[in-house]
Amino acid sequence: MRLAFVLAILVAALVVSAAAGTFIGSVAIAPGDVVGAIFGSDTTSGTIIRELRLPRVLGAALVGAALAGAGALLQGLLRNPLADPFVTGTSAGASLGAVIAVALGAEATIVPLASFAGAIAAIVVVWRLARLGGRTTVLTVLLGGVVLTSFTGALVTFILVSSDRLALRLRAVLGWLQGGVSVISWSELAVAAVVVAIGVAAALMLAPRIDAYAFGEETAAALGIDLERTTAAVLVTTALLTGAAVSIAGLVGFVGLVVPHALRFLIGATHRRLVIASLPAGAIALVLADLGARTLIPPAELPVGVITGLVGAPFFLALLVRSRQAIV
Amino acid sequence: MIAAERVAAGYRAHAVLRDVDLTVGAGEVVALIGPNGAGKSTLLRVLAGLLRPTSGRVTLAGDDVHALDRRAAARRIAVVPQVFDTLFPLTVREVAALGRTPHHGALGLFGSDDAAAVDRSLRALGASDLAGRRIDRISGGERQRAVLAMALAQEPQVLLLDEPTAHLDPTHQLATMRMVMRLAHERGLAVLAILHDPNLAALADRVAVLAEGRIVRDAAPLDAIDEALVSGIFGAGWDVVVRDGRPAVIPAAH
Repeated sequence: MRLAFVLAILVAALVVSAAAGTFIGSVAIAPGDVVGAIFGSDTTSGTIIRELRLPRVLGAALVGAALAGAGALLQGLLRNPLADPFVTGTSAGASLGAVIAVALGAEATIVPLASFAGAIAAIVVVWRLARLGGRTTVLTVLLGGVVLTSFTGALVTFILVSSDRLALRLRAVLGWLQGGVSVISWSELAVAAVVVAIGVAAALMLAPRIDAYAFGEETAAALGIDLERTTAAVLVTTALLTGAAVSIAGLVGFVGLVVPHALRFLIGATHRRLVIASLPAGAIALVLADLGARTLIPPAELPVGVITGLVGAPFFLALLVRSRQAIV
Repeated sequence: MIAAERVAAGYRAHAVLRDVDLTVGAGEVVALIGPNGAGKSTLLRVLAGLLRPTSGRVTLAGDDVHALDRRAAARRIAVVPQVFDTLFPLTVREVAALGRTPHHGALGLFGSDDAAAVDRSLRALGASDLAGRRIDRISGGERQRAVLAMALAQEPQVLLLDEPTAHLDPTHQLATMRMVMRLAHERGLAVLAILHDPNLAALADRVAVLAEGRIVRDAAPLDAIDEALVSGIFGAGWDVVVRDGRPAVIPAAH
């Protein structure tokens, strides 16, 4: 299908989803008041819209776009649809970085950077582990991801329980570990948006080089790809996108897995197209998942990771069954 | 055109190639045969610049291949991989376009020159009609042509093929070999092809035989392929007959 056609539909659907996310919430606000609030009316509902709902919808969109973009890159590099930032442990590393920053009392704007550092550390560890046998297989990357995720999970819980600073926010942070979009300030959102923008620009530059991996690393090298530099650049880009996403929403699983894989069969498998289409599609997926998380069982709020996990984990299993010969 | 000069190579402490000399001229097709584990794929990797020799060197029109950076080498030497399945549903045209990778700048922009080169290579292989088809939904022979189109789109001087006929039926094995011969002769490409089947190798301009890391024969097919060689590679039980000036290997009667 034509990329322009698919993109037009995706962008329209994103606008509708974002509108739904803004108009619908646990506090009922009349549509007219929502519009008024966006243009600055000075009422309680104005505050709810401007300080709570809008940042949250934009945050969810940013997180979804970043995770889907990162998933497209990882799947391309590994030539396997089973990879995404969550299952490779990248998200877990990012969460540890973010929690350490918060526990040390860092400002909200530093958190995305700490999260990025954690993502880089995780990705280096997992890649080194997977590389031990000489060549990287998805199976070893996934195993490394599982081990790293449980290890960093234990560290994060330890830090949470032992830190005075976090004690007051314990419930909120535990929710974040299940994946939950929480935008504390517009400035935090702005920092994350800048990081995502840099990551997206890098992803679009690297995309044709990832295409060259279609028939394996040896063929990529024969096509003129510098494997070490390209792999490093792709992994750093993935860490940028994941770090930004995790700093806003914690551990949201499977968005990066499902979205690029589904799009590949709609618009083809070349990575520039795939990254471009993954951004709005990932944004839609998470805006809607977040809307569901806020409204399914009022007045309680589900962590958004519950929704993405319920949808994504069976999808992952189905992929695993279908491609089990390919990954070992 | 491309020449290995006293090349030794291997992996870590394990020496695979010893003192290999081999030249492939422009417009010439050389078949590389030999028993499994002789080092054929290793030699191909060394010639492609993908594996650095431990001693000796590889030159391409006088330039040391291993002194070229990866992109510069890939603009002059193309490697046709054994056809593997890819999990990604690329079209034949997208596969051919991968051949333009070494010609891209830092931004990886695909220009009209690139599109023209892709069109030319698809036409040369009679694959224009396949351009929009998905690589995972075509036959093995068609896939082989798609991957050859990728190599041609690199516009190389040297074409290295690793068992290009491995997954093909006899009809497509012969068609692929004839297509490679035609391309080499028409375009002045220097071609080295690893082949398993000595009867396909006999179609080449020259046959080089690698055994235990050394080139043990390097001659015209009729001089290279004889019963002593065949029994060395395949064991007893084969006859070599000559027909129209070419050797043919057939099972012995008893």
